[in-house]
Amino acid sequence: MSSSDNITYHSHDVIIVGAGGAGMRAAIEAGSEASVAVISKLFPTRSHTGAAQGGMAAALANVEEDSWEWHTFDTVKGGDYLVDQDAAEILAKESVQAVIDLENMGLPFNRTPDGKIDQRRFGGHTRDHGKAPVRRSCYAADRTGHMILQTLYQTCVKLGIEFYNEFYVLDLVMNDGKPAGVVAYELATGEIHVFAGKSIVFATGGFGKIYKTTSNAHTLTGDGVAIAFRRGIPLEDMEFYQFHPTGLAGLGILLSEAARGEGGILRNASGERFMERYAPTIKDLAPRDMVARAMANEVREGRGAGPNKDYVLLDLTHLEPAVIDAKLPDITEFARTYLGVEPYTEPVPVFPTAHYAMGGIPTNIKAEVLSDNDTVIPGLYAAGECACVSVHGANRLGTNSLLDINVFGKRAGKYSVEYAKTAKQVPMPEDAAKDVLELLQKVRNAKGKEKVAQLRKELQETMDKNAQVFRTEETLNEALAKIAELRKRYEKISVQDQGKRFNTDLLEAVELGFLLDLAEVTVITCRERRESRGAHLREDYTERNDKKFMVHSMAYKQNKIDKKTGIDIKVDWKPVVITNYQPMERKY
Amino acid sequence: MDKAIAEVASFTVTIMIRRFDPEVDQEPKWVDYDVEMFGTDRVLDALHKIKWEIDGSLTFRRSCAHGVCGSDAMRINGRNRLACKTLIKDLDISNPIYIEPIKGLPVEKDLIVNMEPFYQAYRDINPFLMASDTPTKERLQSPEDRARYDDTTKCILCAACTTSCPVFWTDGQYFGPAAIVNAHRFIFDSRDEGAQVRIDILNDKEGVWRCRTTFNCTEACPRGIEVTKAIAEVKQAILRGRP
Repeated sequence: MSSSDNITYHSHDVIIVGAGGAGMRAAIEAGSEASVAVISKLFPTRSHTGAAQGGMAAALANVEEDSWEWHTFDTVKGGDYLVDQDAAEILAKESVQAVIDLENMGLPFNRTPDGKIDQRRFGGHTRDHGKAPVRRSCYAADRTGHMILQTLYQTCVKLGIEFYNEFYVLDLVMNDGKPAGVVAYELATGEIHVFAGKSIVFATGGFGKIYKTTSNAHTLTGDGVAIAFRRGIPLEDMEFYQFHPTGLAGLGILLSEAARGEGGILRNASGERFMERYAPTIKDLAPRDMVARAMANEVREGRGAGPNKDYVLLDLTHLEPAVIDAKLPDITEFARTYLGVEPYTEPVPVFPTAHYAMGGIPTNIKAEVLSDNDTVIPGLYAAGECACVSVHGANRLGTNSLLDINVFGKRAGKYSVEYAKTAKQVPMPEDAAKDVLELLQKVRNAKGKEKVAQLRKELQETMDKNAQVFRTEETLNEALAKIAELRKRYEKISVQDQGKRFNTDLLEAVELGFLLDLAEVTVITCRERRESRGAHLREDYTERNDKKFMVHSMAYKQNKIDKKTGIDIKVDWKPVVITNYQPMERKY
Repeated sequence: MDKAIAEVASFTVTIMIRRFDPEVDQEPKWVDYDVEMFGTDRVLDALHKIKWEIDGSLTFRRSCAHGVCGSDAMRINGRNRLACKTLIKDLDISNPIYIEPIKGLPVEKDLIVNMEPFYQAYRDINPFLMASDTPTKERLQSPEDRARYDDTTKCILCAACTTSCPVFWTDGQYFGPAAIVNAHRFIFDSRDEGAQVRIDILNDKEGVWRCRTTFNCTEACPRGIEVTKAIAEVKQAILRGRP
């Protein structure tokens, strides 16, 4: 570590950005073999992995027959065939070891009477290619993500992993197309740190805050994804954003799909179990895109519950209170705390909530980041929600994200440390922090009248209105026009807090810049995909069009604004990897 | 629920915040804000409203906003709570709501404290599974053995318990409830072999014997952990010399 001009310089073999599940799993894999630093905008156990509830899929077959091949098929079909099947095979095959790794680290899974890891049902996970729901989700009550995050952090403490907490990474330093390190802003002091590393792993999570109604944390502003995009790295499949069916109505707080896995039923205002009409075989346990759409449709057609008929009901009243207490304690408490509803006796008001980005920074199965359809950027890795490998395709299955962070987080750790052992450090340019310093100075010194919170609110509202469960060319163009307007107003913001210490006012302004970038890419790719697939429903193109769109989108930032379109983003396409499963109609 | 949401219309409430900016202020001061809130709003919503609409320099930690990340523990009307889990309508809104940083840790700015001494106490009790075997499969654990330490696995390290403890306020060296809760989580895990190590650590003069069973910690825990009971079980384990 050295210091000059108030910039502190650090050097490590492997730099991991983000201390959620993927980042810490990578650190554990790499930590004993090299000098590893984990840089995170939060203290590690504050990361949003901790909010995941229901479980982690793995075909352990502890309670009934199961196989990794069935799991692969479910993942591919659940993703509406946009999944890269080589990656899905790895996800399913390595899931068993991933669960055992966590158990061995100490994770307190729920147990079967004979002491094995217990498993339960979850949406879209089936026996023998769709015949019936299967018990595949390994879980710890309804706080599986909390237990994964705690266990990974505990293991990092055990291994003595070095953390830089409350450091906001604001730039990726590229030198001649290769990564040299990252630049970070230290929240406590306002100082700038430059981290040189032979390998850089991005594990920065999602960007749900582009939407208003979301299960995501306030801190999920997509910093890592936006930084990569600004540095010329394409973003893959950004039009596929998952809306989780059961957010607490009006609030968006997540109620786990485990509620339905344990027998909960969705009902409309008249008490009808409406999922019987939409997915006759697996009903309430259909994949999330189908359930969210069905719910939105019930409301749109006037069958919603409540004074404004704007939500549906999650009914747990037929479950034994003891079962609810043992398996769903947290989510039932959310209903009591935030809505004053007693789930033992009353159904819970729910509506879809923005939840998970299927798309992100493109990688291959070694978690290496790609600069186009197939060119690897040596030394740069990504894993978890910020990445797109793509195991989730057009719609992620529940319990596959906690699995994803463990399987591909581990792979990112393994391959990044392997690379760092032989690679030379890419020279760090002398002015590495220049762009960050300029950005901060510009934001800090802005003297306009616009308020960051107001612009963010308007962005989130336009995304909820125009790019949520239902989309058309018209709504998407409306969103784009609004984003263009917000960009202009963003030039005229001001930041009230001019201090150096814990200046969250300044950082919220910087984060809004990331949100604007990602919302724009999301809307543009939504517009370019003129078909309906998985989570992406175009009401003006209601059918899946395999002839034209059985491809991933790849959005690139251009150097200049196109005169005809008025935007600086180009959308290209990338073939889907198909191994065993040809696209079929998706019925449940 | 319809009743709960529909009938609690908007209301105006006064929020008094203990503010301190080390770059400007010599010492902390109370500042009051009047804000219009709604029936489902939490204290965190009020803080955001002030930060986003009135004074951007108001500083606090927050992330998940629904009580699982543990970022926003603070003293609200004299009690440690999570701002995101405290509904304003459940407080006495006819009087000002007083919000100040949790006690016993150095204040950095406004509602942000230096958590490092708290984290260090946690790390000091070896908060990780200690086992000599190298299994190739899952270890077995009966549901009864799993239930033995279930309660203490809920901890989110928010520090609400430790910073509500009068012993911790006067003696910052005391491990505090949260560290002991996390020791309990491993001492009573049938897979763990490190109980003796942790028992020795907590049998120290700054260990469990400093607990005066005032139950502040149990009342403060936003996760409903029976903290005082967990501490008592660790004390018993020390006396027995085993879990």
